[in-house]
This record gives sequence, structure tokens and C-alpha cells, in this order.
Amino acid sequence: MTTAYPRRWRRPPQIVPDRRWRIGLQLLILAYLVLAVGSVEVDWTRVAEGLVRGQRFAMGFLQPDFTSRWTDIRQGLIESLTMTLTATVVGVLISVPIGIGAARNLAPPPVYLVCRSIVAVSRSLQEIIIAIFLVAMFGFGPFAGFLTLSFASIGFIAKLLADDIEEIDASQAEAIRATGASWWQLVHYAIQPQVMPRLIGLSLYRLDINFRESSVIGIVGAGGIGATLNTAIDRYEYDSAGAILLIIIAIVMVVEYSSSYLRKFLQ
Amino acid sequence: MSAFASGAPVLELHHLSKTYRSKTGATGDTALSDVSFRVPRGEVVGLIGPSGAGKSTLIRCINRLVEPTQGEIRLGDTNLVGLGTGELRRQRRRIGMIFQEYALVERLTVMENVLSGRLGYVPFWRSFTRRFPGQDIERAYRLLDRVGLLDQADKRADALSGGQRQRVGIARALAQEPELLLVDEPTASLDPKTSRQIMRLITEICAEHLLPAIVNIHDVPLAQQFTSRIIGLRSGKVVFDGSPASLSDAALTEIYGAEDWTAMQQEHEQDEAADADARLRLAGVVK
Amino acid sequence: MSDANPFYRETSHRKPGSRPGEPRHYSQIWTFRTPHTRLAMWVGWLALVALFVYCWQVMNANTMWVFVNDTPSQAADLGSRMLPPSLGYLPELLPPLWDTLNIATLGTLGGVIMAVPVAFLAARNTTPSIAFVRPIALFIIVTSRSINSLIWALLLVAMIGPGILAGIVAIALRSIGFVGKLLYEAIEETDARQIEAVTATGAGRAQVLNYGIVPQVMPAFWGISVFRWDINIRESTILGLVGAGGIGLKLQASINTLAWPQVSTILIVILATVIFSEWVSARVRHAIL
Repeated sequence: MTTAYPRRWRRPPQIVPDRRWRIGLQLLILAYLVLAVGSVEVDWTRVAEGLVRGQRFAMGFLQPDFTSRWTDIRQGLIESLTMTLTATVVGVLISVPIGIGAARNLAPPPVYLVCRSIVAVSRSLQEIIIAIFLVAMFGFGPFAGFLTLSFASIGFIAKLLADDIEEIDASQAEAIRATGASWWQLVHYAIQPQVMPRLIGLSLYRLDINFRESSVIGIVGAGGIGATLNTAIDRYEYDSAGAILLIIIAIVMVVEYSSSYLRKFLQ
Repeated sequence: MSAFASGAPVLELHHLSKTYRSKTGATGDTALSDVSFRVPRGEVVGLIGPSGAGKSTLIRCINRLVEPTQGEIRLGDTNLVGLGTGELRRQRRRIGMIFQEYALVERLTVMENVLSGRLGYVPFWRSFTRRFPGQDIERAYRLLDRVGLLDQADKRADALSGGQRQRVGIARALAQEPELLLVDEPTASLDPKTSRQIMRLITEICAEHLLPAIVNIHDVPLAQQFTSRIIGLRSGKVVFDGSPASLSDAALTEIYGAEDWTAMQQEHEQDEAADADARLRLAGVVK
Repeated sequence: MSDANPFYRETSHRKPGSRPGEPRHYSQIWTFRTPHTRLAMWVGWLALVALFVYCWQVMNANTMWVFVNDTPSQAADLGSRMLPPSLGYLPELLPPLWDTLNIATLGTLGGVIMAVPVAFLAARNTTPSIAFVRPIALFIIVTSRSINSLIWALLLVAMIGPGILAGIVAIALRSIGFVGKLLYEAIEETDARQIEAVTATGAGRAQVLNYGIVPQVMPAFWGISVFRWDINIRESTILGLVGAGGIGLKLQASINTLAWPQVSTILIVILATVIFSEWVSARVRHAIL
């Protein structure tokens, strides 16, 4: 009890240990926030009006009107659902060879580079921008939407598939190779069993994403429920818009639950 | 000294029972049935028994991390069963707990882990801003010094070795200024040498503060070496209660069942033999 | 071996009445799956193909194949108009680019601030009530996640008028679901023993949260936030298409005036921004983990 212990303790800073750097960084963040918030121009009278509209929208959400625009909604839904499914199937079919080609441990360097660049282009362009161009080229309607979603699916699935193949257990592949198997046999016996469950999971996940995206690309004319929604909001028909949004939420939930069920069932 | 040791019991359990509600029916697994005993000041009780005997449940019932179904738990003058949330918090401060596999908050510093023993004493804003009262910090430093980790205070808990982490766990429990220590398998993930060091530390500290402790432990020889009383639990019932010396083979067979006990004994003998062998070889190398 | 395991079906046949000591006769036929599962799989694939064909026909009932056949010349035309990009247009893009950055950053900030309480209300181990509060929190998360930020922007522009604010709010509303979902999963995966240990010291609910749970989810929290910021940069580049500010406004204006060289310039800028934000987020996440 003779030793005196300190009566003060401060938690040592975890991320930036140097005090000057820390304060500088904090000032920088503060300055950015001030500038950023300052650059937001708000028309408060417009916002006040908006709150009234927001209330009307909330009411529309609570009392959705499914009937008065039902034919439009039905047409939009059919387009969305069909393009979701076809785009996912085509997207997966194309992504498998590209995914294998983009795996460093399977493909020779030139093939690897080509496939990786296809993946990079597909991933960095957003669906809506692709849709703008495809609509300009192929005309309005769900066919352009189908192409958009297929193209976007390729980047998504091929990338994750390739990463998966690169991460597989090398010793298993080696064991198969040691038996004198050809490249095709190698893919079939060593790679496929390891990545197949994951591929199915990815496809179902992409199905989910494609449906959500199909509700958006209609805004630029690529068909689907998005076009119907856009029209409803433009006409300030909030009860119809609320109905469409509720349908979208319901379908997303159904797709999400059934795909997680399917994934469990298949494994 | 002996006056203290034989004084009024600190902890009394009366007919403590715990039945886990099963998902389907009304009655479920009985984890504890009719457990009664008293622990006076300064006594270190080793709680032994096969896995699933209810050791862990018993320890957790005492500070009500597990709600007992029936019975009474007296800590000093207070019956812990049936206390409301606020009062339970205040009573939990009086009971320090040391955990299997340390259960430190890994991403906090060693100091914060020790200070978390004071959480029951300080208001939220103090703990949130990490501005604990001066005497708490002083005590935390003293405890860290006592367990030999004074220079590790600002390290993160996950940077320490197993034995060091358990020492932090001990310091955290002591920071509560407890009147009772509950120790749940303190050596479960430690090597034999570190296990003995940790057990020695716990018993030394209990002797210094005349602190009673209940040590849930699966290693019978370790329990015999370090505790002053052994309670044997089997299927939620107390089947042995006596001094370590009186723990005969018959009693152990009663606790563990014939087969298990023989197997355990053999395992222990093999361990000892391996230890001795290693020591001999090491000696040979050194010479 | 039972037939329950489809991978290891024992196909040895033992003659009835043969004694165990006799040599066994093994089948020369080995199948990977039982006939039953194989049948189910074929039916499943067939159904998928049929569904695909049906969907294809429904979808393309109104497709004008004349336009589709016209595509190569359209594409060539478009390509020739877009090239070369007009680099003189670049300085004009800097202010909307700054707006885009602000929409993403402030939107992420707002979304994260709202998502944290939702996540704690949705996680099984921290929610005040599993029967009542948790479903509400989960519903908020699902609603926010199902509706794309572009649709949120569409709604908000209709309500509070075009501008950056609509973009920020849209991004924030969309981020709640994403951050909330990943964060509540992280909260549910925390180590229960550490929480138990803090509880045993006599800590109150808020203290248990502060000492037991928050330190454990902190890395996940930062990772998720930065990841979402990266996605939000990407999404805020196009919000302008519906009038919610940022570089998308310029894109919309250029497309409407058929100024294709400007369009290609904007696309290059968007691409560069997206790649930059991805690089930043990867660096930050790497530094955290």
C-alpha cells in the first residue's frame, strides 16, 4: 500500500495516435461538413409544401389504390417478372464461362485479362446508364430491359464466381490433376463440386437484385413496373404509387424468403 | 483469523432448484434439484462433477444470470431471489465473477476491462465518457499491479496471452470489491503450468481478503490441491460435501460414475507421466 | 449405410442366405445420386427451361423486332456521335461533381444515424420486445431496402422539389435498410460471453450496450458505413436523372439536347469517380480490418 498509483487515466486514442494529426483531421472533417451543408440550397417554402404532399403520400401508402390503374400495373408487373427471370438465366449462362476465364488459377493470362475487363466494364456501369443506351439502340420496351439486366448480371456473377474459384482448396484440384485428368475433367471434378452451391446461391441472389432493378430501369423507358410507377408519381397519383410500392416490397420479400429457403433446400 | 473463518456464513443456498423450460412441454430438464449449502468467509469451495451436472447453472443462479426456479439465495442478509432489476444490479456488484475463457471485452483496453468492474457503481455518463472517479482508477492500477500486469494497462485485451487475460479477468472481478467470488472453469483453456499459477493467484487473493469463493472446476487434482472444501454435483444434486482429503475413490466414483472416473484417472496419470518424462529429458538437455 | 445419404449409396448385393464370411459381390454400376433425386433434378431443370421459354414469349409479345434488327447501324451511329468526348466540357462538370460527393456523404451520414437505433431495435439480443418492436424495425429495414434510391428520389423530387436535398434524403432513406440489416446481423453475432461478463458486474442496460456490445460491433459498423458510402457515390451519380441534383442532372440535360460528346465526357467522369470511391473504400476497410 506504499506505492502511489495514478488517479487519472485516459483511453489511448486507437486510430490516430498523434495528437496534432488527430486534431488536424477533426478540423478537416468539420470544415468539409460546414462546406457541404452550406452548399445545400433549400427552398423552405417548397419543402413545407412538400410535407403536405408527403402526408398525402403516406396516406396513399396506407390506403393503396390497386384498382383504378390495375391494367397498367398488371402489364408492368408481367414485364418486370419475365425480364427478371430471362435476364437472370441468360446472365448466369454467360457468366459461367466468363467466370471460369476470369479465374487466375484456371485460365491462361490473355483469357484472364479479357474476361476480367468484361467483368470490370459490366460492374462499373450502372444498370440505369446501360439502360439509357440500350433503349436508344433497341427501342423502348422490356427487351432493352432484359438486355440491361443480363449485362449487369454478368459482371456480378462472373466476378464472385471467379473469386470463388480462385479461393478453392488447391489441394483438391492438385489431387485430381495428379490422377492425370484433363482440363475439362479438372473443372468437372475439382472445381464444379466446390463452387456449385455457391453459384446457385449467387443466381438466386441476383434474381432478387434483378427484380429490384427492373422496377427502376422503366424510368428511362426499358419497360417493367418502373414505367408504371414513374407515371403514377408524375401524375401525383400517390394512392396508385403506394399500391405499386407495396407490391414491389411484397414481391421482394417473397423472392428473398423463397430464395433463402431454396438455398437451404439445395444444400 | 479463525474467528473470521468460522463467522456467520456469507452465502447460504436453501433448496435451490432450476428446471429449464423445454420448448414443447410444461416440464423440462432439471438442472439443479434441492441444492443447499453454506459458505463462510475465506472458504474456497471447489465445485466438481461431470459435464452437464449443473455446475455452471449453479454458479449462474447465484448472481441470477440464470433465474432459479425455486429456493433461496442469501448473500449476507439479502435474499437474491425475487429482487427487481435495480436492486439486483446493486447486489451483483457484491459478487465478482471470473469466467471460462476469460470473457474479456476483447476490443477494449485492459484498463477499460478492469474498470468495467466498477460499472455497477458509477452513473452512465461517467462510464460512457470513460471518466471514472480517481479512487476507481487508483484501485484498478493497484489490482493490475497485484496480478502483475501494471505495464499492460493500455494494451488491448486481445493482444494478451491466455494466462494474462485471465489475470485481467481476476482484476475485473476484484475491482467490484466483491464479498463473494464465483469462478467458472478458470483454467479451461490454459496449459497445466498456467492453470496452477492462476489457481494459486485466486486462492492467495481469497486468503488476503478473507474472500469466499466457489470455483467450478473439472480438474479434480487441481481442485484438491487448491481448495479447502469440495462439493460434488451429479445430475443437479449434491452428492459429496467435505474436505479435499476426505474425497475418496468411492466418493469420486459416486460423483462421476465408475467408468468416467477411471478414464479420468488414467488420463491424469498419463499426463503426469508425460510431464515427468518431459522434465527428465529437459534435465538431460540442460546438463 | 442408409439411402439417406445420396452420395454414398452402398450398391453391394449380398445373396439372400449367404453367410457373412463369403466374399461379397459388388455391383459394377455406381451412381452419384439415387434415381429419385436425379428424377427430381431433371424435372426441376425442365421446369426452369419451360418457364424461361414462356417468359421469353410473354416478354417479347410487343417487341418491335424491326428496331432490334436496326441495332447495328444505330449503335454505329451513336458511337460515331459520342466520339471524341468533348474535353472542354470538363470544367463545367466540377460543381455538379462536388454536389454528387455531398449527396453521397451527407446521405450516408444521415442514413447511418437513423440506421443505428433501428439495428439495435431489430437485433434479437438488444430489442426491447421481440413480439412488438422487432417486427416494426424489420419492416422499416425491408421497406427501405426494397425501394431503389432512384425511386426514393423520384418520390422526394415530387414532394419537396428538385435539388440536392431530395438526393440526400433519398440516399439516406435507402441506406437505412442496408446499414440496418448488416448491422443488426453483426449485433446478433456478438460473443454472448463478453456481454454476460459485463452484466455480471452489475452494469445497467445502457452500460452493457456501451461496454459489452458496441466495442464488438465497431469494426463491422465502420466497414458497413464505408461500404455503403462507396455504393452511395455510385448511386448519387445518377439521381440527377430524376432531378435530385448532382452530375446526373448534366447527363439528363445532355441526353435531352442530344449532345452526345458531352454524354461520353460525363460517363468518363462518372466511371473515374466510381473507381476512385471504390479504391478509397477498399483502402479504408483494409485499414480497419
